[in-house]
Amino acid sequence: MNPITATNDFVVKFANVNGSGSASANELFAKSILRMGVPVSPRNIFPSNIQGLPTWYEVRVTERGWLGRRGGIDLMVAMNPQTWDADVKEIEPGGYLFYDSTRPLPPSKFRDDITVIGMPLTAICNRTYADARQRQLFKNIMYIGALSVLLDIDPAEIEKLFGEQYKGKEKLLDSNAKALHLGRDYAKEHLAPIGLKVRRANAVGERIFVDGNSAAALGCVYGGATVCAWYPITPSSSLAEGFQKYCMKFRVDPETQENKFAIVQAEDEIASIGMVVGAGWNGARAFTTTSGPGISLMNEFIGLAYFAEIPVTIIDVQRGGPSTGMPTRTQQSDVTACAYASHGDTKHVLLFPEDPYECFEFSAQALDLADRLQTPIFVLTDLDIGMNQRLCKPFAWDDARAYDRGKVMTAEELEAGKYFGRYKDVDGDGIPWRTYPATHAKRGSFFTRGTSKNPEARYSERGDDYLYNMQRLLKKFDTAKALVPQPILHAAKDKTRYGAIYYGSTSPAMDEALAALDADGLHVDALRLRAFPFPDCVAQFIAAHEHVFVIEQNRDAQLRSLIVNEFGIDPARLVPVLHYDGTPITARFIAGAIGEHMQAAKVVSIESKAAHS
Amino acid sequence: MTYIAKPKLHHPSLTCNAAGFTRRDYEGAVSTLCAGCGHDSISAAIIQACWELDIQPHRVAKLSGIGCSSKTPTYFLSASHGFNTVHGRMPSVLTGANLANKELLYLGVSGDGDSASIGIGQFVHAIRRGVNMVYIVENNGVYGLTKGQFSATADLGSKSKKGVTNTDSPLDMVGMALQLGASFVARGFSGDKPQLVPLIKAAIKHKGAAFLDVISPCVAFNNHPGSTKSYDYVREHNEAANRLDFIDGRDEITVDYAEGELIDVTQHDGNVIRLRKLAASYSPHDRVAAMNYLHERSAKGEVVTGLLYVDEDAHDLHGHMNTVSAPLNRLGAIELSPGKAALEKINAALR
Repeated sequence: MNPITATNDFVVKFANVNGSGSASANELFAKSILRMGVPVSPRNIFPSNIQGLPTWYEVRVTERGWLGRRGGIDLMVAMNPQTWDADVKEIEPGGYLFYDSTRPLPPSKFRDDITVIGMPLTAICNRTYADARQRQLFKNIMYIGALSVLLDIDPAEIEKLFGEQYKGKEKLLDSNAKALHLGRDYAKEHLAPIGLKVRRANAVGERIFVDGNSAAALGCVYGGATVCAWYPITPSSSLAEGFQKYCMKFRVDPETQENKFAIVQAEDEIASIGMVVGAGWNGARAFTTTSGPGISLMNEFIGLAYFAEIPVTIIDVQRGGPSTGMPTRTQQSDVTACAYASHGDTKHVLLFPEDPYECFEFSAQALDLADRLQTPIFVLTDLDIGMNQRLCKPFAWDDARAYDRGKVMTAEELEAGKYFGRYKDVDGDGIPWRTYPATHAKRGSFFTRGTSKNPEARYSERGDDYLYNMQRLLKKFDTAKALVPQPILHAAKDKTRYGAIYYGSTSPAMDEALAALDADGLHVDALRLRAFPFPDCVAQFIAAHEHVFVIEQNRDAQLRSLIVNEFGIDPARLVPVLHYDGTPITARFIAGAIGEHMQAAKVVSIESKAAHS
Repeated sequence: MTYIAKPKLHHPSLTCNAAGFTRRDYEGAVSTLCAGCGHDSISAAIIQACWELDIQPHRVAKLSGIGCSSKTPTYFLSASHGFNTVHGRMPSVLTGANLANKELLYLGVSGDGDSASIGIGQFVHAIRRGVNMVYIVENNGVYGLTKGQFSATADLGSKSKKGVTNTDSPLDMVGMALQLGASFVARGFSGDKPQLVPLIKAAIKHKGAAFLDVISPCVAFNNHPGSTKSYDYVREHNEAANRLDFIDGRDEITVDYAEGELIDVTQHDGNVIRLRKLAASYSPHDRVAAMNYLHERSAKGEVVTGLLYVDEDAHDLHGHMNTVSAPLNRLGAIELSPGKAALEKINAALR
């Protein structure tokens, strides 16, 4: 057996019992490595349960900064007897198993091709602590202590983190430090060194470590959302709760103690979107956050907001579908459901953030776009971004930035006799003017309805009125192309006939896959889409390449369908690369699929050459 | 066709109210409902109430769902912004609109199909939350716009025009509103304008969730013998709990009642609802007594009308949420964005 040796490039997985306090200990582990200047990318893997059942935390340590999931486990910290067999099986040959050896296990429970590291954690805890809760919590800290010795993590960084966490609670600080050193002392005395090491580096820089849901919540605070209506659903609940937390911190008037926000936990997703529609109609910036099942419920209102032209922001933290699907697993499977949500002819603006930084940016921008375009704007994030802490660029805000409230006619303009036709395209961009209720005593009122109407908002079933309106909505959608975040091109080193299109949380795995393909001499130009409708440069990109891979995390190649549908492109030109088992897509998967295709194409082209000659 | 414009030309002799509007300024387009529809009488009562209260029409937001009743906001207050939302979901849209601007008067108009059938959930939760609104259900026990199907308030055993018998128990929205914590609960009859106009005025002046069930016979589908929502049935079985006058805060209270016990209910802004009690046992301040009274009379086949319950010290949703006094839709980046310096601190804490 050859034990794995790796410095600043390995994967540790913690197998824990839900509710045992392991989450904060595991985060401490990840952050201590970050503080040593080495990037980490952790992921929570948790079934849909609250207490007593399995939960995992996978940490990729990666000096090169590859933040996608790698796949394969180098060190398993097996703290859950329920999942022991599967956890042991998952370790790479030559890998390491760290476990609580208080109770002896038969040899059949281990493997010959891994290094087994036993530490009697429960015995040490029971010896040291009388209180049951302390025994549990400090067991977690103790294994972090032992790991810090095995992996060379600087204990001073962990203690610094304790200091920040327990500021003003010195008693807790001391007891945690004590547990940490108990673990370290045991490890130093009894455990042999292993081949995995953390070495201080300078690869983190100014980046921040945050989850996408908190980032999107903060984006909504900065973007000026005042009304939030939501219904609890995994994995979006922490976004609404994050908004509440940030509002309580930043939106309470210091003098009056009154709130500059209104948050309603509604009775369901239909009421949530209804409230957002009502608030948007009445001139407040409003958003809801949900996941796939909520989108399904909101469909009728989404159509109303589209047709009656009401600003709405919907943040969809996608999970595995259909139906209840995989509530705690990640997918990009609501793309078509959102793009064409509701009955009748509808199309909606979608934004695809790649990480928490863009969750912040796009959430704030969605509120602007909703007002500017007077239509629902979807921010399509997912569980992988939303519920995991990710290294990303620090958030930025320009204090000179004003909110774009779009075309809102004022009392002064109405008083001066400016023409107001609610659904009339007076500027040639398909976007009409609106008024907020109560703007003017005699002018500017209109009746909002989901039924067809003439440009002056009067009920009309006349075919020409209907056509005018539907064509104007298409023109407005076209206007959106230039307003949404534009695609980003990663050109290959050499000219190539291969292209790849990807979006959202696939980004970090894609970056790594492109580097791996490049190392193998396989060149691919990559275009990251950041929004729908697609600007024309997407069609140009496809036209410039013979084969374009479309990488997605769903079964039905949903974004590919949108491209085919919107541009009328021959589907044969677009090769789907699909990963949808609920785990985040990996670089190994992407590079494997693309590489295989390219190698096969090479073989075919040689053969066909031979046939022609 | 639900929109027929009414000529805007006013007779010069029309008098103005204190807000400077003539009664015609409170009207809307010509109704397209059936001749004799109770809903048109309710629209007329809303116009009358708003005119008498000197409300500025543009300060009203009128919202509805889908159905005959939900079409009516087109037929009154043409200077108000209106919103015909989706079926059964007016309460959530109204709630959101109310959150955006606490200063306007929110008038939700719905029907028994819209509120008691498809929309019962939203009705329940909007009442529970104490949204400051006037919620009028124009209750005829039948789906008119789709031609005569039963709603959830249809009488048990009643027969539709197509010959189907309703075997489901009817739902009593007044009883539900009381149980759900509405701070103003009343029932009126579209054919009794002298009672209905003061009820609407009192509901408008109430701060909190005001629920008003108005029995409104459907002349096309539910005005037959055996229907408890026909003109004849309600006229014969109307058990008024009280008669009331709504007295505006600035009026001198001079109304003189010769008979019966009088109760003055003074609301937040000094407006007074003066009740002439007809039933000796009846108190509009006792939620439990109101529920009992309603059930007792209902068991006898009587339809209780009048102001059934009012809590003049009620709080509304904005009160519960402790929102700032300025409407939320008026706040801009200066008030709402925590700014760059705060963001840098957040960034620092995330390293």
